[in-house]
Amino acid sequence: MRPLIRPFLALVALAASCLAQAQLSIEITGAGANRIPVAIADFGGEAGTSRALTSVIRADLERSGLFRLVDTTGAALTETSPVDYGDWRGKGADALAAGNLTATADGRLEARFRLYDINKQAALAGAAYVTSASQLRAAGHRIADVIYEKLTGEKGIFSTRIAYVVKQRGRYELQIADVDGHNAQAALVSKEPIISPTWSPDGSRIAYVSFENKKPIIFVHSLATGRRQVVANFKGSNSAPAWSPDGRKLAVVLTKDGNSQIYTINADGSGLQRLAVSSGIDTEPRYSSDGGSIFFTSDRGGSPQVYRMSANGGDVQRLTFEGSYNVTPRPSPDGKTLAFITRREGRFQLAVMDLASRQVQILTDSHKDESPTFSPNGRMILIATEIGGRGVLSAVSSDGRIKQRLSVAAGDVREPAWGPFSQ
Amino acid sequence: MKQLLLPALLAALLAGCGSTPTSETGGAPVEGRTPGGVTTVTAPEVSGSGLPAELTDPKSVLSKRSVYFDYDKYDVKNEFKDVVAAHAKFLVNNRQFKMLIQGNTDERGSHEYNLSLGQKRADAVKKSLLLLGAKEEQIESVSLGKEKPKAEGHDEAAWTENRRADMLYKGPTGSGEF
Repeated sequence: MRPLIRPFLALVALAASCLAQAQLSIEITGAGANRIPVAIADFGGEAGTSRALTSVIRADLERSGLFRLVDTTGAALTETSPVDYGDWRGKGADALAAGNLTATADGRLEARFRLYDINKQAALAGAAYVTSASQLRAAGHRIADVIYEKLTGEKGIFSTRIAYVVKQRGRYELQIADVDGHNAQAALVSKEPIISPTWSPDGSRIAYVSFENKKPIIFVHSLATGRRQVVANFKGSNSAPAWSPDGRKLAVVLTKDGNSQIYTINADGSGLQRLAVSSGIDTEPRYSSDGGSIFFTSDRGGSPQVYRMSANGGDVQRLTFEGSYNVTPRPSPDGKTLAFITRREGRFQLAVMDLASRQVQILTDSHKDESPTFSPNGRMILIATEIGGRGVLSAVSSDGRIKQRLSVAAGDVREPAWGPFSQ
Repeated sequence: MKQLLLPALLAALLAGCGSTPTSETGGAPVEGRTPGGVTTVTAPEVSGSGLPAELTDPKSVLSKRSVYFDYDKYDVKNEFKDVVAAHAKFLVNNRQFKMLIQGNTDERGSHEYNLSLGQKRADAVKKSLLLLGAKEEQIESVSLGKEKPKAEGHDEAAWTENRRADMLYKGPTGSGEF
């Protein structure tokens, strides 16, 4: 076999061209029922950069579907200004954020802000971030995360990243982008398909299946360096990688002993162990976030259904019974909900199961949903679907209310994977 | 909204910030990741053929490399037994040749479950070849699932074309189709 681990050259030109064409655009197609009215005053400081920072914060909060932006026209506030609570209450705001952006002596930028509870007439939070012009958006996402967390009680996901595969003119790109679609960069460019990307728990690596050698092989790819390691290239097919929550090993699906079966392997490719033995196909393994169990798809009962077993392979339990096609199980970060794809009357749709009551709810009305992936706070589920014959990504809140669509100008987007909270 | 009802304790803590706001995140540099934080890699390509004419000449039965399957079926149909037998004979007579069988499915359903179904088709062809004398070491069966459709359409005609296993060869020198 040819050596698969070798140094690869970064093709800067390719990366640049992908940046130009592959910007994800996001369209909001549904919002939450009770949106919190929040006023984000224009940040003080140099007009251009301050406006850019303010608009990142506003766009993040608005896109989440949980907030309604209160008009702040004419309000000149910074984080030290006194707040006229009565005035803001009159404008219908429950919360107000005000801040400013100043240049530091060493040429960087400092963003400071305060968040106020208008009804309680009190400051809720405040923070300062040292940043640079090129990292201004990241600072805005951090500020939006603080506002989101203080006002909803759950962690914000505005600083997270997503991975997905773009198919464009016979070329496949594994791209990494900020969750708002900005800063899209190609991690891997290939003439052959790439599927099943999944983030390491620390967000530094992605495991995926690449067909560049005419067969499916599992790689672990370090994003910063571009270093790739073959984790599983056994005779037959190697696919469906899933990280253990401690990031030390992967559950993988191999066919070296016959039908697709689930094994575990260390992230460096050592220590292969067979996890379970079944007569049919076992695939799409996914660890629960506590690491104690593995959800997977199996056709051992005659049709593909979702099962759960303990992480050492015992105690197998069937979870889905409705319909003849239930696949791609993805447990929520809190372990209470299971997202999966169900086929109903020939349509493939995103469903969620409450694991305590086993109650199933279908969240979409589309017909080609695939590959669900939870946001790290569990609020949203990102899926691949098809609209007008094109592959797009769609984000749906786990109650089905909030919907966003993510697409690229030319090409199909598929195989989304939502990264962890930024560290 | 419940966090808005938090005790005044938090507010009191923050009220003392003055011109140096502090909090759990105060003053943290936003450098968790840099814009250039992803290095682009280009995957290598497999190319070249250099196989003997009897495998590639359109007049030779060995140029027929595809076995088609019915919907939700994973057994080699009678109409393809002759093609499979011809390839088995070639592998028996040319032990230094290797074969990669790629199973495929139509586009409906999950990527990974289809990968497993495509594997069953490739395995069925491999099993037939082994029964006719080809050796285990000569053959690898793998799946492309629904990832490499030969027909790009979304109708029954395209799906029929894509429920398929293809046989690829590699010669003794290591050159070939995979």
